[in-house]
Amino acid sequence: MIVAERKSIPELVEILKAHKKILVLGCGTCVTVCLAGGEREVSIISSALRIASKVQGLGFEIDEFVIERQCDNIFIEQAAEAIQKCDAVLSLGCGAGVQAIAERYPQKPVYAGLNTAFLGILEERGVWAEKCAACGSCVLDKYGGICPVTRCAKHMLNGPCGGSREDRCEVRPDRPCAWQLIYTRLKGIGQLDRLKQIESPKNWRSSLSGGPRVIIREDHRI
Amino acid sequence: MMNIENTEPTIVAFCCHYCAYAAADLAGSSRLQYPPNVRIIRTPCTGRLEVDFFMKAFENGADGVLVAGCEEGSCHFKEGNLLAKRRVNYTRKLLSEAGLEAERLRMVNIGAADAQKFAEHVREMVETVRKLGPARLKKATNQG
Ligand code: SF4
Ligand code: SF4
Repeated sequence: MIVAERKSIPELVEILKAHKKILVLGCGTCVTVCLAGGEREVSIISSALRIASKVQGLGFEIDEFVIERQCDNIFIEQAAEAIQKCDAVLSLGCGAGVQAIAERYPQKPVYAGLNTAFLGILEERGVWAEKCAACGSCVLDKYGGICPVTRCAKHMLNGPCGGSREDRCEVRPDRPCAWQLIYTRLKGIGQLDRLKQIESPKNWRSSLSGGPRVIIREDHRI
Repeated sequence: MMNIENTEPTIVAFCCHYCAYAAADLAGSSRLQYPPNVRIIRTPCTGRLEVDFFMKAFENGADGVLVAGCEEGSCHFKEGNLLAKRRVNYTRKLLSEAGLEAERLRMVNIGAADAQKFAEHVREMVETVRKLGPARLKKATNQG
């Protein structure tokens, strides 16, 4: 899922202070699961903004609404009335959701209420960890399903770097060394031989260095 | 004009059924004096309380919120009070981000027989909030 976290209330106040009627718009998909932009967070952030408004005399009128998915036009339609009525939208969707709403409403200021951080999973309660950097040409098959691009701090395709201590990464000792994980996993599935293969440098053209990416499926176009 | 000095603060106290609520009850039946400004809400466990509950209490006019759970280590549901403590700490941070003093929200731990302690905590809370003055969020509507 896409993992995000909220911006601070002073940041949001700064972003919104020129507006009066504000719609806090949540998204029921990834950001609900990572507890950043679902129904509950819309309610909490709206309360915090109302309190900030009272205490600081900002004159906000805050409305709340949640749709199933902000990155999908079909669902955005359900928020049409609420969006029409407000002066500005504070989207608690991921960066894609915010932009989808903004594209749909060219006359309406739409702001991001979250910092979209990464693609990851819930490791344990309250802890989300990055697993994929969406590099555009996946190499997981070679590494036992553990991504060195994302999870090795040095993005090494031929690791380890030699700096890991026990099973910890030398750059972030609070995280496991991805190469230790790769070794253990390949051993477990009987594919340690793969490590004898020297990988050539990765082609980054499929990643951000090739400019904004788009996928076109001719078979689905009309 | 309202005389702020004379305005009695409103305190909402979320009390765990297994300890603080019993202590509050005992304080009442033992005729212990504690300020009448406190509105008690019984909860099955402080672990049931969420950040939003505290936020809504303030939004709806509380000047202070007291969360009273069991002593650490003696929660009826093992660790509900520890979960509550985390949520209270998070909410305190959120409140101060919004410009409201974090001291207006406080968690305390009380045994079921501690009527005296309950009365003291309420008195202290009222004292703190009186010093800070009203939260001025009363009759909060959509309009901020
Ligand atoms: S190799 Fe690329 S696509 Fe595959 S998991 Fe890693 S970052 Fe994601
Ligand atoms: S310690 Fe492991 S994860 Fe960290 S940079 Fe070195 S090889 Fe990568």
